[in-house]
Amino acid sequence: MNSIEHAVDQHAPYNSQGFFSKVTRWIFTTNHKDIGTLYLWLSLIMFFVGGAMALLIRAELFQPGARIISPEIFNQMTTFHGLIMVFGVIMPAMVGLANWQIPMMIGAPDMALPRLNNWSFWILPFAFALLVSTLFMSGPAPNFGWTFYAPLSTTYGPKSTDFMIFSIHLLGLSSILGAINIIATIFNLRAPGMTFMKMPIFVWSWLITAFLLLAVMPVLAGVVTMMLADRHFGTSFFNAAGGGDPILFQHVFWFFGHPEVYILIMPAFGVMSEVIPTFSRKKIFGYKFMIYAISVIAFLSLLVWAHHMFTSGIPLVSELFFMYATMLIAVPTGVKIFNWVATIYKGSVTFETPMLFAIAFLFLFTLGGFSGLMLSIVPADYQYQDTYFVVAHFHYVLIPGSVYAIMAAIYYWLPKWTGHRYNERLGQWHFWLTVISTNLTFFPMHFLGLAGMPRRIPDYALQFADFNMIATIGAFIFGFSQLLFLINIVRTVRGKGPHVSNQVWEGAHGLEWTLPSPPPYHTFSSPPTIDECK
Amino acid sequence: MVKRIPILFLSLITAPIYAEMKVNMPLGVTPLSHDIYWLHMTIFWICVGIGVIVFGALIYSLIKFRKSKGRIAEDFHEHTLIEIIWAVIPFLILIGMAIPATKVLIRMDNTEDADLTVKITGYQWRWKYEYLDQGISYFSNLATPANQLNNKAPKNKWYLLEVDHPLVVPTHKKIRILVTSNDVIHSWWVTELGIKRDAIPGYIHETWARIEKPGIYRGQCAELCGVNHGFMPIVVEAVSPMQFAEWVKQQTQGKVTFNTDVKLTLSKKELMGRGETAYDTYCAICHKPEGTGMPPAFPALKGDKILTGKPGDEIAIVLNGKAGTAMQAFKNQLSNEDLAAIITYIRNAWGNDDKNKQGPHAGELVQPEDIALAR
Ligand SMILES: [Cu+2]
Ligand SMILES: [Cu+2]
Repeated sequence: MNSIEHAVDQHAPYNSQGFFSKVTRWIFTTNHKDIGTLYLWLSLIMFFVGGAMALLIRAELFQPGARIISPEIFNQMTTFHGLIMVFGVIMPAMVGLANWQIPMMIGAPDMALPRLNNWSFWILPFAFALLVSTLFMSGPAPNFGWTFYAPLSTTYGPKSTDFMIFSIHLLGLSSILGAINIIATIFNLRAPGMTFMKMPIFVWSWLITAFLLLAVMPVLAGVVTMMLADRHFGTSFFNAAGGGDPILFQHVFWFFGHPEVYILIMPAFGVMSEVIPTFSRKKIFGYKFMIYAISVIAFLSLLVWAHHMFTSGIPLVSELFFMYATMLIAVPTGVKIFNWVATIYKGSVTFETPMLFAIAFLFLFTLGGFSGLMLSIVPADYQYQDTYFVVAHFHYVLIPGSVYAIMAAIYYWLPKWTGHRYNERLGQWHFWLTVISTNLTFFPMHFLGLAGMPRRIPDYALQFADFNMIATIGAFIFGFSQLLFLINIVRTVRGKGPHVSNQVWEGAHGLEWTLPSPPPYHTFSSPPTIDECK
Repeated sequence: MVKRIPILFLSLITAPIYAEMKVNMPLGVTPLSHDIYWLHMTIFWICVGIGVIVFGALIYSLIKFRKSKGRIAEDFHEHTLIEIIWAVIPFLILIGMAIPATKVLIRMDNTEDADLTVKITGYQWRWKYEYLDQGISYFSNLATPANQLNNKAPKNKWYLLEVDHPLVVPTHKKIRILVTSNDVIHSWWVTELGIKRDAIPGYIHETWARIEKPGIYRGQCAELCGVNHGFMPIVVEAVSPMQFAEWVKQQTQGKVTFNTDVKLTLSKKELMGRGETAYDTYCAICHKPEGTGMPPAFPALKGDKILTGKPGDEIAIVLNGKAGTAMQAFKNQLSNEDLAAIITYIRNAWGNDDKNKQGPHAGELVQPEDIALAR
């Protein structure tokens, strides 16, 4: 407890008095903790923006018939909801966690490239301003889904598409710089004795994710540049009339897109591998195999892109290859699930909010994995593709997967970052409302898809009415329960809630728990000593 | 754990009952849809099996190893043999699954020896069906009236799943289906036929069906294709080969050909009546029944400067479409009579014919002849 007093005045830089210097502190900061905080706030704000769009979509689908938004706005909302949730919520949140945690977990004083770090964050608000500005322009905003398939987005795309293209260029730039920084930090700034095979799995998962980012973000930039050229410079990459091929777009897009979903989920795997051992009071089961499994998943993720295109008429041989490769991903993913269960087995388990989210992750992410396995079977995929079954699948992977992991991570590390315990009762309410409403929203979508409801339609046949109504009710409960999350975070950040010790959680291990809570602004200026027990 | 077992079994037993309540994939009416259904159910039950084991172990551990029960964690965090076992067993299950899936896929790929070929072209936002050997060709549009979309009338049973001209095909014949598109990517999907094929502009992909049961089968466009993606349903009517032959005869006798030279003059009443019907089918979904459109993507026709001026520009736009917008070319979709009727209708409806307000040319008629000249 004593260390807290002595840390209080050190979690801000020396010159942050007065309004102006408070603002410039955040603009010019090169501190990994500040930048982590900025990323996390951006992500939280975008979570409510993207969520409000989802609620508009669900409100329109509450009953059959034209209701509150026109089909045109509906398509814009599906586009923005997807883009914002992927690029504005999950990715910044994961990068924010990396910024806060990686230096503290490997005993580094900061990120390796602090100025680059500042830039990779501050690109984002401008990128999103560019993207969201299209909603206020006189022509339609991008309205072709977050996958922006050509030729709907090229020859037939609205004028504002070019803004989206430049916005994606900026987002990609930010991600690439962030990835470079993470790799440089992990390679160069580990404390003496922190060998690769002693690193926490969260750090490992981010290292591999960063390499995946470097591999595929340039491809995304490439595909939007090709779009730009098709739209304005007379090329015909995606236009059959000029000798191109619309399917080429899908190949290039999904070569980025599939690894992208693993970029969204692998840091979540890392978070799980910290939270589950802590609350089971036991070391992670199969440390080495967990790392091998992530590496194999990352490698395979580069070889399965065409499973998004089984109905597009790709040749039989490629269908078979991509089916086998996709099925194969189930093996390392299964290994991870089994290892987490084995970590709990013979442990001493308690159920604080982070652990509750981790347990829900284990159940519901596995469910999303099952529907993923079903989707890999090409003939069956002919029926599932582009239906609500797919919508259910990827929401089960992304919400209980990535989003629950982010929530678990916030509840887990927020006491360390702020020095205060969040409100446990509020956390539990948030958890139960979230987990019940997630299932209420997305489980019925499996039935809708199997019964024949296509995705991205603003109105539907009468036979789909009941399940759509249930899904909408679930979505609104989900949306409003997130206010509890916001309240809990704001309370904790503002110092409500009891002080916590360095250790915070009884079962926690790792360098960050040796630091005071909150940690001083600059930590590990001299490297810590790493003992044998990680 | 013991308490949970009955619940688990209950949910297993009730699953097939739900299958009839439209929560599952339909079995369908073609050999391929049967194969797909079988694969779907197999992989589903494999997942259920794995789920029971994994979730069972998880629930057991969570109940048994609680700290509140006084449990102290044991040092059990490594076991290479276990890791190998739980990697190899799923791998073997997957191989077991990959073999039948591969067989079905190869069977699906075989479009040879077809009795009939139908070419399907996706348009924003309707389907065109062409019977290549019979020389029949027509468009199939959403038939749900606009007032049902706007909740101004009670909705039909087949709301949004009804069309004006269904695709008519014979049962018990191998039908080769060629799918392509005229503009953006669409996807032709009928669950009960086990077919979903993306319609890609500039490319033709094929698939096949042999329908074993006469009936009406419904589906929808499955790939986002623009603002009316949700409004281009598919209806397939499978009839006996004899009835099909009869239908073909009817179609080829009353054949409509475009670009006719027939110099036909219609009365205003004829034009307006025919125009309103055709407008509701082809135009109302974007430009709205009241002609108000959905600006800025779909301009209002009510009070439009071109429509109230001298006839000419609007004929060119309707025939050839407008580049860079969603307005498509109707040249090859509609006859001269229908086009003349539609244009006359939009020049006269919603007060567009008011000469005092709109000028001297307001409300002038357009005849099939004018269209023939402009083509
Ligand atoms: Cu994928
Ligand atoms: Cu379509």
